Amino acid sequence: MSLPLVVLLPFLGALAAPLFAQGGRTAIAIASSVPAIIALAALYPHWPTLADGGVVLHSYEWLPALGISFSFRLDGLSLLFALLILVIGLLIILYARYYLKAKENVGKFYSLLLCFMGSMLGIVLSSNLLLMLVFWELTSLTSFLLISFWNHKQDARRGARMALAVTGGGGLALMAGILILGNIVGSFELDDVLAAGDLIKSHSLYPVALTLVLLGAFTKSAQFPFHFWLPHAMQAPTPVSAYLHSATMVKAGIFLMARLYPALAGTEQWFYMVSFTGMATLLIGAYVAMFKHDLKGLLAHSTVSHLGLITLLFGMGTQLAAVAAVFHVINHATFKASLFMAAGIIDHETGTRDMRRINGLWRYMPHTATLAMVAAASMAGVPLLNGFLSKEMFFAESLQLNLPGFWAWVPPLVATLAGIFAVAYSARFIHDVFFNGKPVDLPIFPPHEPPRYMKIPVEILVFACIMVGVFPAISVGPLLYAAAAATLGGNVPEYHLTIAHGFNLPLVMSFAAFFGGLLMYSQRQRFFDFHARFKEIDEKAVFEAVISWLTTSANRLTSRIENGSLQRYATLLVISVLAVAIVPLTSLGVFIGENGLSPIDWPTLIGIVVLILCALATAVLHRERFYALVLLSVVGLLVSLGFARFSAPDLAMTQLSVEVVTIVLLMLALFYMPSWTPIESSTSQRVRDAVIALAAGTGMTLVTLAMLTGPFTSISEYFLENSKPGGGGTNVVNVILVDFRGFDTLGEITVLAIAALGIYAMLKNTVLTPPPGDGQGHAWNRDAYPLMLRQIARPMLPLALMVSAYIFLRGHNMPGGGFIAGLITAIALILQYIASGMIWTQHRVPFRYHNVIGLGLLFAVIAGAASYSFGYPFLTSTFEYIKWPVVGKFEVASALVFDLGVYLTVIGATLLALVSIGRLSPHSAIKSNKESA
Amino acid sequence: MELAFALAIGALTASGVYLLLRARTFPVVIGLTLLSYGVNLFLFSSGRLATGGQPIIGSTSQYSDPLPQALVLTAIVIGFAMTAFVVVLALRNLADNEDDHVDGYQSEPKSRKKTEDAEVSGK
Repeated sequence: MSLPLVVLLPFLGALAAPLFAQGGRTAIAIASSVPAIIALAALYPHWPTLADGGVVLHSYEWLPALGISFSFRLDGLSLLFALLILVIGLLIILYARYYLKAKENVGKFYSLLLCFMGSMLGIVLSSNLLLMLVFWELTSLTSFLLISFWNHKQDARRGARMALAVTGGGGLALMAGILILGNIVGSFELDDVLAAGDLIKSHSLYPVALTLVLLGAFTKSAQFPFHFWLPHAMQAPTPVSAYLHSATMVKAGIFLMARLYPALAGTEQWFYMVSFTGMATLLIGAYVAMFKHDLKGLLAHSTVSHLGLITLLFGMGTQLAAVAAVFHVINHATFKASLFMAAGIIDHETGTRDMRRINGLWRYMPHTATLAMVAAASMAGVPLLNGFLSKEMFFAESLQLNLPGFWAWVPPLVATLAGIFAVAYSARFIHDVFFNGKPVDLPIFPPHEPPRYMKIPVEILVFACIMVGVFPAISVGPLLYAAAAATLGGNVPEYHLTIAHGFNLPLVMSFAAFFGGLLMYSQRQRFFDFHARFKEIDEKAVFEAVISWLTTSANRLTSRIENGSLQRYATLLVISVLAVAIVPLTSLGVFIGENGLSPIDWPTLIGIVVLILCALATAVLHRERFYALVLLSVVGLLVSLGFARFSAPDLAMTQLSVEVVTIVLLMLALFYMPSWTPIESSTSQRVRDAVIALAAGTGMTLVTLAMLTGPFTSISEYFLENSKPGGGGTNVVNVILVDFRGFDTLGEITVLAIAALGIYAMLKNTVLTPPPGDGQGHAWNRDAYPLMLRQIARPMLPLALMVSAYIFLRGHNMPGGGFIAGLITAIALILQYIASGMIWTQHRVPFRYHNVIGLGLLFAVIAGAASYSFGYPFLTSTFEYIKWPVVGKFEVASALVFDLGVYLTVIGATLLALVSIGRLSPHSAIKSNKESA
Repeated sequence: MELAFALAIGALTASGVYLLLRARTFPVVIGLTLLSYGVNLFLFSSGRLATGGQPIIGSTSQYSDPLPQALVLTAIVIGFAMTAFVVVLALRNLADNEDDHVDGYQSEPKSRKKTEDAEVSGK
């Protein structure tokens, strides 16, 4: 329980912290430190297990089917990072109390800070890689909000956006990499992944997975060429920079490399990708840091450089190098966090961070100056401080790489060169800020020492630098050993933590770096002049330009494809379908399957030929809309005949009745529309469309032919066998609709209802004036409701209703059912509307069709839900035989109630749609308004 | 027989697609209807073409496949709902734009149309 608690506590704290904002900065700082202190206390009891190389696992199921679990894992490495996060977090909470001004939104600040702390703890403590990914993204999001804390500054907003774009993009790559890893291993649990190192490395997808995972790590840890976001993130308040950009977030990428070290490292790909990236980052960061006049800019680039150093150590691939890397993580976190805090104090007390103006502060703030100088000396790698120890290990390792020939010289040279730069920029930090004459034009003058408690976090960290530097084995030895053991999977090499290893080559390199750096600093003006000759690239401007270029070209592409023309969309859609289908279709060719063709049946063939001719004629004659409609109705009738011919009586009846309703609907629509389509498209366009259409038709023909003659197996045996005993009906199609697949049908009538209500809503309050004639000079017939039609239609109604009732009741056993009966009833009523008009019919059929639809759906749902009361699942049907006098044995199935729902919904939906259209003309609108009023 | 049936589906598809690509709403509706005939026949024929095999228990010895029939039955009704909806969309377009072009306008410049839209939405 304690591990999830450790992760959860900061998030709970984040919720609670704003409540204390009213009580002032001290109250909220104390409240915010509580979760971190409890978390530390919760981790403490696990130490004995971890010191022996043990692992603590707490696991809860989350989405087992997807391999995602809520599992947490604590070992030496995660303990080290958790301690960094919590201890430095506590110091930052204290520091920020004095850094922030009383009028600032401290509630938001502490809340975000705790969110970030929880996300970081989640990364280092997750055992499930996908869970870790969630926390990984959370750190990107919370850091975005923290960097843009002063969101009134444009630079802060831009810096935050850049950080989010880079780290978030890397997060996506990491996700892909983790998914591949999980696929190779078959599990996302860390223990399984770490144990499957050999399997992963020999897998053909290893290079892809490695590249993607490293992309995630490199973007997060600001490695070249993604390093540019980190200096721009310095727009954040200094406590944020000290926390996120020295000790924790930028270390997440490092942590990932350490975490997956046993699974991924040890190959040539790893060596080249990681070590060369690290080397480039190390040099570029160190070089640029030298020329930054901004105090935080110098520290940011130095951070980039140190992150490169750690990456390079991991890339070397030797076990000792990995130990050195872990060691440097600790050391860098301590001295860099204290330096950031010192920079924040100086900024706070002088009002500027420009080193050309801040000079000679030793006179004004000797206490802070002493602390900063010790930390800077550690950064430079001066003996007796912790930075020296890990740097010495780094030098030693750079000599151990067995590269061929001339290349063997490269790592030690790069290491020494980076060391020279590091000494030079550290010297600049010390000399320029605290000595070097007098302050120039400071916004706040004279500067003072900061409040007592603001210096305490710095003091603690500097004290740690000295302790580790002088007594490494006692102070940090056990923790480093546990972390290194966890990183290397238990195979820790021999190493000695002492102040000095005697006179050897690494020491010579250290001295060379030290004096070289001092020399370089003394000659700095020449380097500044040299550097000034190059035009400085503003990464932010480049980034913004790239982003705006991307958005404009995306917009341009979108507007080119999506120009608002439906005609064009339809063309593109059909062409893309054809493009996808063309390869399989051409390889299929005219394929006759093993079942061959059945003999020709002449009457059917004649029907099919007429159907084909009418279909083509519809397309050819479509400008004469009325002709097209008539031809369409012929096609529809032939289709229903086809259903009847090929053993589908239910389909034939449905098609026939739908056909009638559709034609009435289209006739009605045509009443309002022009009856003739003008020629608008060019000949070439029509030819093009015809070619597309022919291709589509040919494709469908070939596919159908191959399917019809191919072998045939069906799952319908079950339905045929169980229709009578299980569903109580002999019409299998109907039993499938109302029983076996009743839930589908329920969904379907719901769609029907929604479509009808949509039609009603779309046409409500719409008025359309029909053209006065057919467009060719003929006026409409004045006799809207012909006598003959009226006289025939009225007696038809009861007859039709009776037929529909019959069709409805027999549907379970013989062709028929709710759909068909509903359509027949609808047609009968529509006939009355046509023959006698809207007003006459409305008077005599006083239903609101909305209610009919609602009632139908209600019936269907009740019929389904009724089975609950008998302890069966939704829509389980039952049936009983009843003997009625005269009629004889009669079956009553509960599915009948469901079918009744279908029946009513179909009637309501069909009539609501048609009546809504019929009501459109101003003539009937006025009348019906009067009526309802 | 299968060849003729396949050709019928092809003809329905070809005519449907051609009309689908027209510029006025009414032909497009007709095209969609033809296309759905083709699709329904295609789905139906996945149960193969058999005569005299209606899936009514006890009426025959060899039943045709009832499952595609049940699927197509619902498809026909849904297809009707879709046709009705598209027709109404076309009518609404006619009422709002006094024109039955599928894009809602005929030949007026796009920019003018856009500003009009912006004004309308601005209100």
